[in-house]
Amino acid sequence: MQAYIDQLIKDGAFAGMPKEVVYALAMVLVAFVVLSVFVAPLAGVTSWLERRVWARMQSRVGPNRVGPQGILQWLADGIKNLLKEDLIPAAADSTLFSLAPYIVFMGFLCTFVVIPFGGALIVADLNIGILYVLAVTSLVVVGILMAGWASNNKWSLLGGMRSAAQIVSYEIPAGVSIVTIVFLAGTMSMQGIIRAQGWGPWDWFLFHNPFTFAAFFLYFTAALAEGNRTPFDIPEAESELVAGYVTEYSGMRFLFFFFAEWGNLYVIGAVATTLFLGGWQVPPLPIFETSPVLLGVAQFTTFFLKAYLWVFVAMWVRATLPRVRVDQLMGLCWKYMVPLSFVCLLGTIGFMFVPDDLRRVIGAATLGFGIAVMIIFFMRVKFQIDNARPELYLKPHI
Amino acid sequence: MNESIETGTGLNTEDMTISVGPQHPSTHGVLRFVVKTDGEVISEAIPDVGYLHRSIEKIGEKVTYHGYVPYTDRADYLAAMFANQAFCMAAEKLARTEVTRRGEFCRVVACELNRIASHLISVGTFGQDIGAMTPFVHALRERETVNNLMEEICGARLTYNYIRIGGVGYDIVPETLTKIGEFIDHLEPIVDEFNRLLSGNKIFIERLAGVAIVSREDAFSYNLVGPNLRGSGIKWDIRRDIPYSVYPELEFDVPIGTAHVGKLGDSFDRYWVRIREMQESCKILRQCLQMMPKGPAISKVPRKFRPPAGECYARVEAPRGDMGFYVVSDGSEYPYRVRIRTGSFTAMAIIDKLSKGIMLADLIALIGSLDVDAPEIDR
Repeated sequence: MQAYIDQLIKDGAFAGMPKEVVYALAMVLVAFVVLSVFVAPLAGVTSWLERRVWARMQSRVGPNRVGPQGILQWLADGIKNLLKEDLIPAAADSTLFSLAPYIVFMGFLCTFVVIPFGGALIVADLNIGILYVLAVTSLVVVGILMAGWASNNKWSLLGGMRSAAQIVSYEIPAGVSIVTIVFLAGTMSMQGIIRAQGWGPWDWFLFHNPFTFAAFFLYFTAALAEGNRTPFDIPEAESELVAGYVTEYSGMRFLFFFFAEWGNLYVIGAVATTLFLGGWQVPPLPIFETSPVLLGVAQFTTFFLKAYLWVFVAMWVRATLPRVRVDQLMGLCWKYMVPLSFVCLLGTIGFMFVPDDLRRVIGAATLGFGIAVMIIFFMRVKFQIDNARPELYLKPHI
Repeated sequence: MNESIETGTGLNTEDMTISVGPQHPSTHGVLRFVVKTDGEVISEAIPDVGYLHRSIEKIGEKVTYHGYVPYTDRADYLAAMFANQAFCMAAEKLARTEVTRRGEFCRVVACELNRIASHLISVGTFGQDIGAMTPFVHALRERETVNNLMEEICGARLTYNYIRIGGVGYDIVPETLTKIGEFIDHLEPIVDEFNRLLSGNKIFIERLAGVAIVSREDAFSYNLVGPNLRGSGIKWDIRRDIPYSVYPELEFDVPIGTAHVGKLGDSFDRYWVRIREMQESCKILRQCLQMMPKGPAISKVPRKFRPPAGECYARVEAPRGDMGFYVVSDGSEYPYRVRIRTGSFTAMAIIDKLSKGIMLADLIALIGSLDVDAPEIDR
């Protein structure tokens, strides 16, 4: 990319222009393309999909009018919200109030810089990649706290305070779980972490040893809490706090918070995929060696599907579980997740001294355990579906 | 208004006064609490009722006995059948009107269906208050079937105007009785499924077990009724203890709180009583369908209904507890005075006592577990 721009500066369309200006222009252009082509539809379609999945689980239909199966519902909602009055309460701190949604949005958007969609498909493979993700997602809490405070509303304030306490607390188990993988991979670069794994599940860090297996679930739970998702959606708990920190927002600003929330779901899945599930690694088929385009497509699809699986799981969790109370939330974090994540870290460090042959055996056992858990889980799902007796739900004559 | 609190550090804090409602998502109608909190911990929650006052009692003095029945529907629109029945029972007592036997059975069938519908709403919205959205929709789905059955029985889905003085407005046709039987067969496994989804959920139990405990003494002294009273382990059900209609002939159990997961009288016990009452209602319905006698559904009642001068009080066991109508007659076509006693109104009084020291989220759970219903509070 940089080489191509340098070429343009040298003897192309930008000949003679200062290097910095062209770089800045290119960055803005790339950001715009990424935002409008990938992130916006992704967050939008996720919002539609969540409503559909949720509706199915609740024996409803869900939005199905705009576009095929209602897939363009997010566009209609976006236009509707654009046309709405952008209300700033008289007693609110208008500067902070208008700024807050953009800070939240920026915090989530910046993570897309380091998300490795494929072997060559990454905006910037920073050598501090995963640390960067942790850093920029922390911006979200600043934005939420700002929104809560600037709204000058007691519900917003309570929501903002809850959110700040929650996100700051859950960063610790999430961070420690991530450090576990950083130790194993020996690098913080996202591509480096993926390259340290293989395409098969036996090469994934998830099944490296029992401690990484536990660390994955700790990370996913903590990430759900950081993303304000059920069962940890206490900052905007609508049955308690009306709408939490978004109570006073309307129109497009309101939408930005949810844009960030739905987009953030994908980021959670993407980071989990990168760290634990082998990222974009595909089997080394001979056809990929001859066709780099096909390889790129295969890598992108693999990564996208793996990441989106966790988005689906988050939707599923949301449709199933009630919400925890704020003190239980903190108790869960500090009493269980923080100590457990440190145990995982120390355990993994211990495993780095285990001979490789023994480590492989234990890794295989972990894989077997994981498969067993999956089988039990799906047997349980089957049990529930068998007992759901769907034939009774629709009785036209009643 | 806000008093400064000494913390001993030189930095004083203040209690925050929050107005929960009247337009709050989980106050179940227009209901307001003035809550004083220290952070999230409540130090005081004063209920402020009266936002849904519709003068139903006063209207009773202005319309005839027959004409007042539709108004009683609105006293508690989630359980309209019981208000119908309580008022009609009062009027029948005053005028010594006989109710036909089939009429009594029709009343019990309609009331128990209505109890199931009301409890479904109650446990569903309770789940929603705790943050679980799916059980709410599932409960509403089942209630929709009840509404359809009600529509077949009396033509209305919410405000029934079905029970009339002397019997019921329309006989229940045999096809509808068959459908009710099918619905009961369908509901019992659904309640089990509901329990798997919500009642057995670890988070749900953690949120409710041991929260907002009502002791036996408090339940008596604050005059709690219905499931709220039974949740505290007191076996008191008007259907069993002051029998009316054909309930003495029917066999059913009165579920009481058993400290199922937490302490006796906690929020979960009150919820659990409602779940088991739905199962008991199914039992009652099944018996009624078998015992359904032949005959007219309503006895001969004069169009100009003039009970002799006097007063009487009739009470029924509504989903929200003891519902009573006190009717005074001066011998004319219009009641001299109508007074309605409802369960939700008395339940409001205990909220201030229970809410001291609990979290804001628990207040919502507490309101949900008491199943207070705004129209019933204000009338």
